[in-house]
Amino acid sequence: MTDRTLTRRLSAGLVPAVPYLWLGVLFLVPFLIVLKISLSDPAVAQPPYKPVFEWSDIAGFFSALDFENFILLTEDDLYFRATISSVRIAAVSTLLLLLVGFPIAYGMARAPERYRALLVAAIILPFWTSFLIRIYAWVAILKPEGLLTQVLVAIGLISEPLDILNTETAVYIGIVYAYLPFMVLPLFATLEKMDDTLLEAALDLGSTPWRSFWTITVPLAMPGIIAGSLLCFIPAVGEFVIPDLLGGSETLMIGRQLWSEFFSNRDWPLASAVAILLLIVLVVPIVIYRDVEARRLEAHR
Amino acid sequence: MRRSFAPWVKPDAKPLIRFENVTKRFGDSTAVDHLSLNIFEGEFFCLLGPSGCGKTTLMRMLAGFETPTKGTITLGDQNLAGVPPYRRPVNMMFQSYALFPHMSVEKNIAFGLKQDGMSKDQIADRVGEMLRLVQLEKLARRYPSQLSGGQRQRVALARALAKKPKVLLLDEPLGALDKKLREETQFELMDIQHELHMTFVVVTHDQEEAMTMADRIAVMDHGRIVQVATPGEIYEQPKTRFIAEFVGDVNIIEGHVQGQENGLWRVKTSSAAVPLTIDDPDEVLHSGQAVAIAVRPEKMVIQRDPPGPSAINVLTGEVWDIGYLGDWTVYRVKLATGEILRVTRANASRFVENPIEWDEQVYVTFAPDAAVILAE
Repeated sequence: MTDRTLTRRLSAGLVPAVPYLWLGVLFLVPFLIVLKISLSDPAVAQPPYKPVFEWSDIAGFFSALDFENFILLTEDDLYFRATISSVRIAAVSTLLLLLVGFPIAYGMARAPERYRALLVAAIILPFWTSFLIRIYAWVAILKPEGLLTQVLVAIGLISEPLDILNTETAVYIGIVYAYLPFMVLPLFATLEKMDDTLLEAALDLGSTPWRSFWTITVPLAMPGIIAGSLLCFIPAVGEFVIPDLLGGSETLMIGRQLWSEFFSNRDWPLASAVAILLLIVLVVPIVIYRDVEARRLEAHR
Repeated sequence: MRRSFAPWVKPDAKPLIRFENVTKRFGDSTAVDHLSLNIFEGEFFCLLGPSGCGKTTLMRMLAGFETPTKGTITLGDQNLAGVPPYRRPVNMMFQSYALFPHMSVEKNIAFGLKQDGMSKDQIADRVGEMLRLVQLEKLARRYPSQLSGGQRQRVALARALAKKPKVLLLDEPLGALDKKLREETQFELMDIQHELHMTFVVVTHDQEEAMTMADRIAVMDHGRIVQVATPGEIYEQPKTRFIAEFVGDVNIIEGHVQGQENGLWRVKTSSAAVPLTIDDPDEVLHSGQAVAIAVRPEKMVIQRDPPGPSAINVLTGEVWDIGYLGDWTVYRVKLATGEILRVTRANASRFVENPIEWDEQVYVTFAPDAAVILAE
């Protein structure tokens, strides 16, 4: 074997190993640590849980692990309600994002080609400002004597101050605002690739523009719709900053619950159990998506 | 029975499609320029021209994707102005086929029928009928991505035919097929058109395709129609030099009219010692007028021995190139003036004794009625 083929073999093996290595070190190992903590018991110590792993007593270590925290999660319906509420808020937000994002993406894809790069830049421009500052700005806009109330009173639409801040409505506004680029960009990418003659063909065959939109554009945009929805739904379920700043005390979200277990109650094992629960809630839709996608590809083959 | 089909010569025949003084501008450029045209029911009509001549725009106006800037288009008794594409009794087969990638073959064909609110059984019957017509019964459940180019072309045809439109528009229908398949498909299209008694309007830049399939051809250039005629007329009596050169191969000899003798035109040229004699009685010419003489390569005769003293239209030159094509041999003959003539000879027998070779001195002759005079 020459040196060259050896190098080639090595690189052929190493290059795919890079993403696995990345996932292993930065995802799998931390996940296992969190899983381990979730099976531990809280303790007044440093770190605040036991048992702590020791090579000398592996059997004793494993026997001290139990599912107590997960059982606790099922006993107190707070966690269940928080999970349901998170999924509901994320789902409604994703739907709103689709409603707002689709026309924007469609308009961008239909714009003259020389403007498209500019429009994409405009969509991602807000990222140049810190996420936290932008959400704080919404506090100033939505508060009772804030900008929105002032404008609406000035044009005579309302006379009483709006009471939006610290409600679920404010959370929806915040999520839709913050996540819009993640919905628009994948939608734009699929809509831009779409062949306009397909729509002409549909019109030619007697389909009205409205029906052509539903029978041709939407099905063909499905990969973008799914990608955008996942990109918005998954982080929205675990969202902490937006409900914390814009939502009221009655806005239940799993991310906030996790935060308070960790920092207010200093109950790391329970917080870890919540984190694992959140992960399960998020992994299920991805698995479903992968399954649907695989079947779709199979059908086309 | 096909030969007797010529509604355009009947003075009382009513055309199915009428373009009246139609102009289409895109910004500053004029795609279609004051164009009038009649197409008759049951015709296989070809719009032929180089790219950018306006033929596609003309077709798209008929389909409803473009609106004329000026003029009217009528189909039957209906003025098409303001009628959207989805309300026109016209269907189109797109150059790219535009098959819906997320639908199977049968769903693609059924698409137009569903829009008409047909019942499920009727749709299934019609789809089956169309699949049989284009011989794709076995592939009904396949997706477009699983089909070959030729099969996609058939699906596109079946989809456009399914609604039994009054007029079928075909935009470069065979452009994406390879040569062998293209020839087969040409004849299939003709058979289908004949079987369904439908009016076909085909846009093509391929003159061979147009010649093979069309009842009549409209040759377009710069947004105008230069000539509308049967393939035979277009080839044998081209109206302009553009048509003569665009459709088939042609030799152009430039000269000046000397006069008329016994109904034959005498044209003085620098290519031949004696004025050429041309039998083209329809032309109205005056002495001294600059004209071009167009002679098709297959209508010229090449020979090594000098023709007799009574021979007319004799040009001399030397063989510059010989191309053997199997059925034909092409000779490129260089005249003393530097002009190159293209002369073809059918290879009627398998062996030729003492064939004409490169660099040989040869005589090229043609009959007076083999040539056409084109006024400049």
